[in-house]
Amino acid sequence: METYINKGNKSTKVGFGEGVFAAAQHLDEVVVLGADITASVGLDVFAKNFPHRFFSLGIAEQNCVGVAAGLALSGKIPVFSTYGVFAALRTADHIRISVCYNNLHVIIGGAHAGICVGPDGATHQALEDIAVMRVMPNMTVISPCDATQTAVLTKRAIENLKGPVYIRFGREPVPDFTMEDQQIEIGKGQELCSGNDITLIATGHLVWEAIQAAKQLREQGIHARVINLHTIKPIDEEIIIKAAKETQRIVTLEEHQIHAGFGSAVAEIVVQNHPVKMKMIGINDRFGESGKPEELMRKFKLNADEIFYTVSRFLHDNL
Amino acid sequence: MTHNNNTDSNSLKDISYEIRKDIIRMLAEAGSGHTGGSLGLADVFTCLYFAAMQHNPENPQWEQRDRLILSIGHVAPVLYATLAHAGYFPKEELKTLRQLGSRLQGHPGRDHGLPGLELSAGSLGQGLSVAVGMALAAKLNRQTHRIYCILGDGELQEGSVWEAAMSAAHHHLDKIIAIVDRNQLQIDGKNSDVMEIEPLADKWKSFGWIVTECDGNNHSEVLDAIAFCKKQEKKPQLILAHTKMGKGVKEIEDDYHWHGKVPSKQQAEDFILHLTK
Repeated sequence: METYINKGNKSTKVGFGEGVFAAAQHLDEVVVLGADITASVGLDVFAKNFPHRFFSLGIAEQNCVGVAAGLALSGKIPVFSTYGVFAALRTADHIRISVCYNNLHVIIGGAHAGICVGPDGATHQALEDIAVMRVMPNMTVISPCDATQTAVLTKRAIENLKGPVYIRFGREPVPDFTMEDQQIEIGKGQELCSGNDITLIATGHLVWEAIQAAKQLREQGIHARVINLHTIKPIDEEIIIKAAKETQRIVTLEEHQIHAGFGSAVAEIVVQNHPVKMKMIGINDRFGESGKPEELMRKFKLNADEIFYTVSRFLHDNL
Repeated sequence: MTHNNNTDSNSLKDISYEIRKDIIRMLAEAGSGHTGGSLGLADVFTCLYFAAMQHNPENPQWEQRDRLILSIGHVAPVLYATLAHAGYFPKEELKTLRQLGSRLQGHPGRDHGLPGLELSAGSLGQGLSVAVGMALAAKLNRQTHRIYCILGDGELQEGSVWEAAMSAAHHHLDKIIAIVDRNQLQIDGKNSDVMEIEPLADKWKSFGWIVTECDGNNHSEVLDAIAFCKKQEKKPQLILAHTKMGKGVKEIEDDYHWHGKVPSKQQAEDFILHLTK
């Protein structure tokens, strides 16, 4: 089985900041909007190095989105980031009309995604942002698996895409296991582990958990394929249909509501092309709560051990 | 090359008169849309596109052009009629308003490729933020063009307008001239009955703006107000343009029922017959 080595835990928000900074060093058009939490979304390095291209707009997320639209209409490439709950949800109508309907190249960073925000509790745990962002016409939705991939995809999204982009990342340091020179393409999933007994399709840092769960399954003689779908929209239909045909069972993993979220996005492709039994692992129609990230990962059955257990039972019930 | 501006008050009156005729005809043809606000703003739009703004219908994307952001997308007919009269596209196209395949969407949509359209808009409370973004970009580029933003008075009930207002003053965006269509009316009735927005001038001043007022249906007053704004520095400027909803058609003036209603084709000809200059 393919092995992946954790280079050390690193927050994906740091990767986001690195990606923005790397693009900004050679693209003068890149500007950043601050919504009072610049350091906690990884953009303090940009602000320090390019103060004239950093605009502080305060705690006013709806205005930030409209300002970003105005900057993009004037040839700039604006980056706006705040916690995902505000970046994607409070601003939804402004994103829909000012950014998406105008089809503008605005980069929206959804920080503190998922349950792992931990002690802050339900108000700050973004568990609905994928659903709302992926339904917007023209929007690209990216959810990288670790800090290095976040940096690579953020830089590439700024440089190469034309329309609106939502990039989802977290606060908690998570295993950083991909390479800086990785071969990766926005819109194309990655098969990280091969296998034909079942497919685990994950997004965000749950990809690492899926790999660990696949290891445990391997010890039981089950060969699980693991796919990293770092781009949720446009979704890689080919890799999903191939997995459905070749493995006949699919489990999706997301740190998000399973309703209308990532698993639903995968299911939309599966049911229309090659229907197979699916299991969606994620948050099941409830709010999060306070706790240590690892406690919450266990409670909401998102860590490798719980994934192993859920997948084993799913296979047992669907032989 | 910039547009051949014309500050002669009489010829501006003639242009507004023609724009109003087109607004009435295109709305009657469409069978739906917003008549009252479109007619009320005809004089402001005439002053902007035929006197105050630097723009070029031959080159709509001219980098140094003044931008007009229409935050109240529902009065699209006055923008479309003005753009057609200014030469951005044939006047003949006005009668396609709201029809399938038309470049003249019910609310402005850039994706349909209408020349001269700066922003797709229609959800209230967003345009001033876009103007702020454009002004920040211009400042960064050391450009001197102006950003005009047309707001509705009812729209000022949206909280995001005030987020934008705060940010324009904080960043000293003195190239923004916002114009409030102060007709005192909205769909449910008078602003003061639906949700009081006064004291408006004091509100904007306290948010760091320079405020001036004018009769928005008097060309020379509108032009004077804009000229006053252009002289200001360091602060964004706001014009409270007191207009009459439905201006020019006596029988519908100041009647809020005409916010989102259109005349029948028969009624339209009657409106035009009695249209005042």
